[in-house]
Amino acid sequence: MAPGSTPISSTRRRANASAAWMAGFERLGWVVASLLAFVALWQVIAMIANDVRRFPTPAAVLETVMQLAASGALWSNIGVTLVRVALAFFSAMIIGSVIGILLGKYPRVDRFFDPWLVLFLNLPAIVTITLCFIWGGLTQTAAVTAVALNKIPSAAVTLREGTRALSRDLNEMALIYKFGWWKTLRHVTIPQLAPYFAGAARTGLALIWKIVLVVEAFGGNGRGVGYQIFIAFQEFDVSTILAYALAFILIVQIIEFTVLQPLLARVNRWRR
Amino acid sequence: MAAVMGSTLTEPIKIRVDRKVFPAVGERDEQLVLSNVAFEVEPRSFLVLTGPSGCGKSTLLNIVAGLDTDYEGAIDLGPGKDRMTYIFQSPRLLPWRTVYDNILLALPDGDPRVANIPAMLARVGLTEAANAYPERLSLGMQRRASLARGFILEPDILLMDEPFVSLDDPTAQSLRQLLIELWNSHPTTVIFVTHDRAEAVQLGTRILRLAPGRASVVQDARVRLTPAERLDRAVVLAEQTRIFAAA
Repeated sequence: MAPGSTPISSTRRRANASAAWMAGFERLGWVVASLLAFVALWQVIAMIANDVRRFPTPAAVLETVMQLAASGALWSNIGVTLVRVALAFFSAMIIGSVIGILLGKYPRVDRFFDPWLVLFLNLPAIVTITLCFIWGGLTQTAAVTAVALNKIPSAAVTLREGTRALSRDLNEMALIYKFGWWKTLRHVTIPQLAPYFAGAARTGLALIWKIVLVVEAFGGNGRGVGYQIFIAFQEFDVSTILAYALAFILIVQIIEFTVLQPLLARVNRWRR
Repeated sequence: MAAVMGSTLTEPIKIRVDRKVFPAVGERDEQLVLSNVAFEVEPRSFLVLTGPSGCGKSTLLNIVAGLDTDYEGAIDLGPGKDRMTYIFQSPRLLPWRTVYDNILLALPDGDPRVANIPAMLARVGLTEAANAYPERLSLGMQRRASLARGFILEPDILLMDEPFVSLDDPTAQSLRQLLIELWNSHPTTVIFVTHDRAEAVQLGTRILRLAPGRASVVQDARVRLTPAERLDRAVVLAEQTRIFAAA
């Protein structure tokens, strides 16, 4: 790569890094204070409600989390659900992106299929879920397909936008400098689509987390967080419902901060 | 860059555009842009296409570059067609790649001219900015990076479309001097588009003037200046007056 940077810029980078650390600490402080206030409010309401079964205290929920974790049920159910999330997420992103790029690239194909896209965008989630289970049985494939189908149309719309916005100027440049298809894809096209991929991934994950639990509750085959919540609902076991919800939120946030955000920062580092 | 050889081309570029129209859009009628334009460009000459905006000079350059194929006529770039480079009006750098990588990407994979990049960056005064992303640089610096990207290929045919437009005068002047130096050390066949007559005279060895009403070449003039005289504003102005007296 290019020769090393000057000492001035590396000093500045270090100063920026420590400033970023301070800002990070301050933000963390606010988050902790905010969450403590939330738990306190919960405690007060639970004490007023005075009904451990229908409105458990934070301590009771924490105890349920511990019990579920100790028995292994928590991890195995979260694991099953995470596998479904991953399968649905990646298949929806890949299929939705390919469809979106094709529609963005070929206006005629877009004109023909656009009404289909509108149809699927407006199809209620419960309809795709029911049909998938009727046609596919209570199987893993049917569950994953049901979740993915809810995300594919919006991923396609986002990537179609991105493909339409591709710069003609840069394509001409790639043509003149004989980039060929692979170099053009890697250095010209994908960097332009990256923000659209990232946007589709973020909203996609947010949607899939929620849909997957509904799918599991609806067509559960005994495993998965959604099914456990459904069972707990039948037994009026609010403590278990909240225990799974909290554990699930925690895992989602960890993935958001350790995978998604660093990826976004990397993709955007060239921006001014 | 030590001892750079000039282009070895001996065949002229043959350009013939019988008819080029912009199709009718909405209320606007079909528009004749170029009609019966035919000329040859001698190897290692510096041809300037000039004329007011809308005279079709950029359209003609895009046709020569092969970016616009919707015309009647024929372009014969000869044996140099695979060693042609186009320097665009806007720098068209990849904003997500550093200056160094933008120049690197212009070379085929594994090309030995990678070794020339640091010297080329020094030549255009961008050594310090090698690792910077283009959008953090001034327009003048981006233009220099774009020149470096074009010149690293040591092209036989170099097409340039107003590469110094919308720069302040000292910056534009220093880039013109840089272009003269680069061209002197590696003479190639250049077709340069500009609406600026002083720039046309300062850089070109031959000037073709296009007029929008005629959609064709209305003047074909030789520039009689030595490389040293091109740096003297008064001499350039006198030559400009001589060439465009009738215009």
